[in-house]
Amino acid sequence: MAKKILELKNVSKIYGSLKALADINLSVNAGDWLSIMGPSGSGKTTMINIIGCMDTPSIGNVILDDVDISKETASNLTRIRRDKIGLIFQQFHLISYLTAVENVMVAQYYHSMPDEEEAMEALEKVGLKDRARHLPAQLSGGEQQRVCIARALINSPQILLGDEPTGNLDEENEGIVVDIFRRLHDEGVTIIIVTHDPEVGDVAQRKIILEHGKIVDDIDQSATFGEALKIKSKGE
Amino acid sequence: MFWHMIIKTLARQKSKMLMIAFTVVLGVSLSTAMMNVMLGVGDKVNRELKVYGANITVRHKDAALMSDLYGLTEGLGVNDKFLYEEDVLKLKSIFWGFNILDFSPMLDGTAIMNIKGRAGVVGEVSLLGAWPEKHTILPTGEQLDTGLKSLRTWWEIEGEWLNEDDDNFVMLGKILASKNNIHVGDAITLTNNGVIKNFAVKGIFNDGGQADEKILMTLPAVQELMNLHGKVSSIEVSALTTPDNDLARKAAQDPRSLSPDEYETWYCTAYVSAICHQIQEVIRDGVAKPVRQVAESEGTILNKTTLLMVLITILSSIGSALAISNLITASVIERSQELGLLKALGAYNWQIALLVLVEVMITGLAGGVAGYFLGIGFAQIIGQTVFGSYIEIARMVILIVAVILFFVTLLGSIPAIRYLMALKPTEVLHGK
Repeated sequence: MAKKILELKNVSKIYGSLKALADINLSVNAGDWLSIMGPSGSGKTTMINIIGCMDTPSIGNVILDDVDISKETASNLTRIRRDKIGLIFQQFHLISYLTAVENVMVAQYYHSMPDEEEAMEALEKVGLKDRARHLPAQLSGGEQQRVCIARALINSPQILLGDEPTGNLDEENEGIVVDIFRRLHDEGVTIIIVTHDPEVGDVAQRKIILEHGKIVDDIDQSATFGEALKIKSKGE
Repeated sequence: MFWHMIIKTLARQKSKMLMIAFTVVLGVSLSTAMMNVMLGVGDKVNRELKVYGANITVRHKDAALMSDLYGLTEGLGVNDKFLYEEDVLKLKSIFWGFNILDFSPMLDGTAIMNIKGRAGVVGEVSLLGAWPEKHTILPTGEQLDTGLKSLRTWWEIEGEWLNEDDDNFVMLGKILASKNNIHVGDAITLTNNGVIKNFAVKGIFNDGGQADEKILMTLPAVQELMNLHGKVSSIEVSALTTPDNDLARKAAQDPRSLSPDEYETWYCTAYVSAICHQIQEVIRDGVAKPVRQVAESEGTILNKTTLLMVLITILSSIGSALAISNLITASVIERSQELGLLKALGAYNWQIALLVLVEVMITGLAGGVAGYFLGIGFAQIIGQTVFGSYIEIARMVILIVAVILFFVTLLGSIPAIRYLMALKPTEVLHGK
């Protein structure tokens, strides 16, 4: 049986009178591919912030790799995030004055030591080795997102966390990115993705639907997982 | 990677960094100029104040005692106590000899005056013997040019000053000359104790004081008339001094009350009391006393000038810090997404703060170097404009400016660093 990598126990996040997350319970096993869906304001981003160690819950516990991170200090959360989480953003967030390979190396630098060879390998993995010396402005949206994925993967995180990773991409690039996720999933990487896009949501093994800060549905898509993925990867 | 990011950021934010550097240039140049002027102004102000004459008088210890106890400036016990002319040049051999700018021995005397070509005797007149000019080479090889002419720069002269060898000429005080209707070129005879000497009037001076009723002569001439060869009544000394502080005041009362360390500090500082002490070590039977009015005026003016310079330096530093603060904060806010990303990627707050601080420090350093050299230029302009001479560049200013620059940049960075610390990656990365 796969190891439980993440567990949210009765997690709530409260801003004044607003409950962004209300009593969330969720378990994710190592190697799972989970998509989180829901309308705007449903608490998707809050949830991913908490899982990504960028925020803490008001109530409840978050167990990440057997460690309760819900009461950790900001400094410890930074360390945990650096060691265990790989982040992918909708707006890519690449540093504009650094080349693709340098953007990947920045994550290495704050984790341990920059290693250009490793960074090139990560770019090769996302099919961008020949674009390694280009600045973000010289790359297409899809290419920038692939650099972002390479950066997220460079420190071998336990969870790859994507916040609308295909939100700014066209159909073709969306397919390329999903294909990368498929390959990473095959390699055993745990993937958690927040998305508005039902097609991207459908390709995951499991889909969580959030509404008003609560999980209203938890769908096991294992049965259709391979098929949906094949169609999406081909960009159909 | 760290330096790579720094270099690329500096290159990318050229205009902002130039603005910060320019702010630093202004602040540092002003501070450099003020501090160089402040450190060099002591001598300059002192030299300016030297027009008010000597600030130290050396007299025989007995004459000084009579003056201190009874307020006597003449008469028995005062006029019959002398110093030795041969000791006078030793003034330049003291520890602070270089600070002794001008000096002249003085010998008081009296004589009966007759005016040639006129009948009758004018009567007894006061004589003042001095070195009008003195040009000599000291045993150290140093060339010495001094004399009363340098100590009486405010005198208004009709005719000419006496020269070093004008033993047959005199200068008359304005009152004495006008009272007796004596003019430049007239001849007079002075008689004392059977010694009769003829003199030509070379000049008439206006001192504005008691000297206007006296006759100024060369020292040898008065010594001959008074039969006091090699003797002098007093020595007037003009010295560059450091304003008194508590240590100097304590030493002035009794140098023996100082601890060995205090004594060394005091002795090696150009306090007027230290210079007086050293003068007494070389002038036999001499007691050197500061002319308080002059010495204190110098100290007061110097202290106030220094205070003004310090205030300008502090204000310019505060102004720079505020300007830098605004510029850095604006730059950091503009880069908040990038810096938030670094946090999200696992950078600690201190690592990001260090990144920003190093960028600012490098920019500040570049501005500081430019500002320093510009400041030296400003100091020279001030020196030329105000004092008519160059300001000597004090090396210690480099250290002081470096410390000021470091703290100004650091203090100016505080608001930006605080902003950085509070920056939440979630807020900037989600575009909230």
